[in-house]
Amino acid sequence: MRHMKMGLLAVSALAAATFQASTASAGEIVVGMQCDRTGPTQTVGTFLCPGYHDYVKLVNSRGGIGGHTVRVLEIDHEYKVPPGMEAYQRFKKEGAVVVAIYGTPHTQALTPLLHEDKIPGTSPGFGTAAAANGTKYPYLFPIAATYWSQGAAAVAFAKTKLGGVLKGKKIAFIYYDNPAGREPLPILHKLAKMEDFELKEFAIPPPGVEMKVQVQDIARRYRADFVINHTFGKAPSVSINEFTRNGYPLNKMVGFVWAAGESNIMGAGGWDKAQGYYVMQFAGAGSDYKVLDDIKALYKSEGKSAPKEMESTVYYNRGLMAAAVHLKAIENAVKAKGGSHKISGADVKSGFESISDFTLGGILPPMKITPEDHEGGGWVRIFEVKGQGFVPVTDWMHGYRDTVMQMVKDH
Amino acid sequence: MFHRESGYYKTTYKADMALFRLPIGKVAVGAIAVIFFIICPMIFDEYYLSIINIAAIAVIGALGLNILLGYTGQISIGHAAFMSVGAYTAANMAVSFGWPFWLTVPAGGCMAALIGTIVGMPSLRVKGLYLAIATLAAQFIIEWVLNHTPAISGGIQASIEMPRPVFFGRTLETQAELYFFILPVCVLAIVATLNLVRSRIGRAFIAIRDQDIAAEIIGINVYRYKLLAFAISSFYAGVCGVMYTYYFGIANYEAFQLPISIDYLAMCIIGGLGSVLGSIFGAVFVTLLPIAIRIFMENVGVFFVDGVYLAQVIAQMRLILFGGLIILFLVVEPDGLNKLWQNIRNYFRIWPFSY
Repeated sequence: MRHMKMGLLAVSALAAATFQASTASAGEIVVGMQCDRTGPTQTVGTFLCPGYHDYVKLVNSRGGIGGHTVRVLEIDHEYKVPPGMEAYQRFKKEGAVVVAIYGTPHTQALTPLLHEDKIPGTSPGFGTAAAANGTKYPYLFPIAATYWSQGAAAVAFAKTKLGGVLKGKKIAFIYYDNPAGREPLPILHKLAKMEDFELKEFAIPPPGVEMKVQVQDIARRYRADFVINHTFGKAPSVSINEFTRNGYPLNKMVGFVWAAGESNIMGAGGWDKAQGYYVMQFAGAGSDYKVLDDIKALYKSEGKSAPKEMESTVYYNRGLMAAAVHLKAIENAVKAKGGSHKISGADVKSGFESISDFTLGGILPPMKITPEDHEGGGWVRIFEVKGQGFVPVTDWMHGYRDTVMQMVKDH
Repeated sequence: MFHRESGYYKTTYKADMALFRLPIGKVAVGAIAVIFFIICPMIFDEYYLSIINIAAIAVIGALGLNILLGYTGQISIGHAAFMSVGAYTAANMAVSFGWPFWLTVPAGGCMAALIGTIVGMPSLRVKGLYLAIATLAAQFIIEWVLNHTPAISGGIQASIEMPRPVFFGRTLETQAELYFFILPVCVLAIVATLNLVRSRIGRAFIAIRDQDIAAEIIGINVYRYKLLAFAISSFYAGVCGVMYTYYFGIANYEAFQLPISIDYLAMCIIGGLGSVLGSIFGAVFVTLLPIAIRIFMENVGVFFVDGVYLAQVIAQMRLILFGGLIILFLVVEPDGLNKLWQNIRNYFRIWPFSY
């Protein structure tokens, strides 16, 4: 019976806490943020989410937005859809004016709700490519290069690497066999027809740790001139090792944005194992940016050392980028409302759509979000693994922009 | 009287099969109905209703798995795959033919039942862990088929946007409206299960679970009833999948992968195998506990952990507490929450004169 009383006590304590959820207070702007620190993509979330928090902390330490502080409500959903729905309802209840969605299935499930509730949501680097169409999806903002833009940029980069002509060349597309993995296929097929190169698909079945056969095929039999690597999770690390083992040069391969983090390189055995590997980024990689120094200084002024998550610059910077774009949109909304903190989701939507030339010292691409283009231009930058880090090899670029936008429109 | 202190005396078969063994049962059910259908929608805002919605959908799925696992003793690790079958069937019917929900819900259930019967065929020859692996294969095969068949799954993203349910010309959009859509289906599922398990079919299931050879000797067609159990269980899973699809507005197989099957197994085991009330407890517990822990941590954690790190601590602590509490509850009562509830009832029955 003693156990039972303890159990009852625990249950009632939990129940009591449930009903004490706090609500938004005056002078405060709430943003909702989904995160995955404990699910299958925790290798991303663990670094991405602190980046978001730290930028908001930096802005708040400088007096917030027009004097109003920003409160981030983070909810970890373990990459499961029902908790993601619950998280969104909680954000809505707390009066969030913008929601950072995390995960492709979550983006799809929340798209109609965002529209009904008039709360803008962002899906940087995942979700559907068609979401770039602001006319069709008014409250969904990819704010970074979608898989179609990444595919187009990869082909454009391959073209420069292969001497400016793609005609008759063989390009291998190695991808994780799930919906997100297949997403770039339409644009790649279209460009293959346009540029007259040969495209061959190589699917890696989940969980993506076994790809010996596919890599051997690419390196020895198909003898691809260039490889586009669109894998997630543990797969990028495995692919780097497999390609090296088969004697395929890594400098004839470009990885999409989720095959481009420090953790992927570490998983392959460190920087030395991945020399020459090209990766695509939608936020600047590395720690050579003023805003990162400001965050370090902020921690120092509090007498603390900078968070260790900052060392994984790729994902940390992406979190920071999402926060920066969100807060810029909120700032625009607050300005449009004459400095009031009582802004609605619709105001923030207009705020997003008036973002242009906001690069934060080069960590963000020169994006320009318009009511039609919610992707902001589809910018990426190619980095190379060189020495002990990522070194940029191109400026911010995009490839075949007209073709991509036409496809987005036609979708 | 509320109950008979000296125990149950059942002198007729009718009394043995009665849904309400004591008059208080009727009162209790009436009270619960009033709470959920009248008081809850009045006092709770959209957020709490959305939590009840998610829990109610999970209850449907957990009931289905418990019929198979708890009543018939056949294990299935492909429960989430059957949900996806229901989800895609309903989504295709709703999008291609414009079927309303009162057609898509049974259609999704029937399709899942059909696939479930096929998947259940190995159960005629193998049991226990072997059957677990056979159904695990079904999970992967169904996932693969949905992933690679655009004709079923609607293109490269393998997802179909589901229109909102329409009830007499009214589109159900808000959480409150969806609440009144989901809850009746959940109640229907509960009542159907209660009636199923006290019927001839339910008794056959239990006989097979307890000793299949003995069941065969007393004249139960074991093969038929095993397949029937798979069909009924998959029907529930299919309906659960359709409800998820209506609720999320999208059919996507990524929401029905292996970890979800494991979640449902956990619901049945935590709630209590072979009990309707246990399925409800289990589904509600597994759905609500992470949310409750998080809100609890948000309120209590601020006293221990500094701002930015709080999110990280909450996420990790939630997993630790969730796992820990499940172990605690199972150690306190290995037969699940249902047995725990029985113990509490028995305790208060003679309170304060316990012996």
